[in-house]
Amino acid sequence: MHEVSLATALLDLVHEQAAAAGAGRVTRLVLEIGALSHVDPHALRFAVDAAALGGPAEGATLEILEPEGTAYCLDCESSVAVSTRGALCPSCGGAKLLIQGGDEMRLKEMEVV
Amino acid sequence: MCGTCGCGQGEKRVEDLHHDEPHHHPHPIDELHADSADRDHDHSHEHAAAHDHRDEPAGSHVHAESDHSHDHEHAHWHEHNHTHPDGITNSHPHSHEHRHAHEHEHGNRNRNRNVNGPSGAAATRVLSVERDLLAHNDAVAAQNRRDFQAAKTLTLNLVSSPGSGKTTLLVETLKRIGGGFDAKYPIAVIEGDQETTADADRIRATGAPAIQINTGKGCHLDADLVRTAMGRLGMPANGILFIENVGNLVCPAGFDLGEAQKVVIVSVTEGEDKPLKYSGMFAASALLVVTKIDLVPHLDIDIDRLIHNARRINPTIGVLKLSAKTGEGMDRWMHWLETARAFRLATD
Repeated sequence: MHEVSLATALLDLVHEQAAAAGAGRVTRLVLEIGALSHVDPHALRFAVDAAALGGPAEGATLEILEPEGTAYCLDCESSVAVSTRGALCPSCGGAKLLIQGGDEMRLKEMEVV
Repeated sequence: MCGTCGCGQGEKRVEDLHHDEPHHHPHPIDELHADSADRDHDHSHEHAAAHDHRDEPAGSHVHAESDHSHDHEHAHWHEHNHTHPDGITNSHPHSHEHRHAHEHEHGNRNRNRNVNGPSGAAATRVLSVERDLLAHNDAVAAQNRRDFQAAKTLTLNLVSSPGSGKTTLLVETLKRIGGGFDAKYPIAVIEGDQETTADADRIRATGAPAIQINTGKGCHLDADLVRTAMGRLGMPANGILFIENVGNLVCPAGFDLGEAQKVVIVSVTEGEDKPLKYSGMFAASALLVVTKIDLVPHLDIDIDRLIHNARRINPTIGVLKLSAKTGEGMDRWMHWLETARAFRLATD
């Protein structure tokens, strides 16, 4: 739903980085969008393509890496992998999980010409 | 379009409190840009050796033919607070890494960046960026938070789905604090909605200063909009700033406004599963307020199950149940507000 805001923020960041590096065109973007980030990669692709029109990143390839969610279980005191928030602990079935990773939304690298 | 507040032709609009005065936009964001220019530095250096980074973690590669290394990780510490169900607030530091962009020339040994490679095609470079998409919003939110802390203002970001009773709860709260000259302490309200000033009008009727932000097609408030609104509204020093976010349980979760805490509001008519369906919001909130409990006799809702589901997402979330209409539970909510405000006044 807020993928358009994210796409706009991404393009601002891309333009700033491209200008600082003296690049004329951006050919590839690598993003990290965690499995627990509540961002739909399909909607984000659509929004980025639209937001990039007419700018240096128009037509750039978008690579989206989706790191898995990680959490700490307060019941069995171990770090576990989770696919959704509200999931039960895969090792003890406990419900008290503190999310530790997999909610990132970042621009990892970009390829420029 | 005005880049800071969107005022003018844009979709986003922060209400102008002084319609008769010459139109003026305070642009505190610009100052922030100027200021952040110092910190936002790029490191750019070129490599004589052709190499490929594709399979390596950023920043960890070795340059066999070059005699320099570049590792730009800076760790620094943040304090943050969380409150346990028993009311004890803990504060613990955690670190973040920041990396700065550095670039690598690929496929040619020429030191000139824009020269063509051996194939005749323009040289392609890969910039390692490693920046959060919301870095700009987070920077403005951090600035807001510093301002709120300096003025000892307790800022609460009220989030919920549409129709949960946020505005009614606020109106009843302001009546108890006293909205106008009889207020026990300074109060201000920022109202976020896609359209209309209806909610700000309801708040102003209590005597409390309020400003409406219309987000147009936007589904959430962001830190820039709040900063612009605060420039016009004035800071309620030693008091409370209530930010009523756009009714939406998805997007506002990701956008930090600089608030001390998010308070998520769920009415009993919404059923027990909201925390599981919209987990991001419950994970980000410090307090769950269950509203409209006067309606429980007419419904099948199991409130204990709603609370159980919320704690499954966020084991440390606090819970209050109330009816703004009958007043049941309002005393506990007022007590929570006074306690949170006292906590803000007692600490830097």
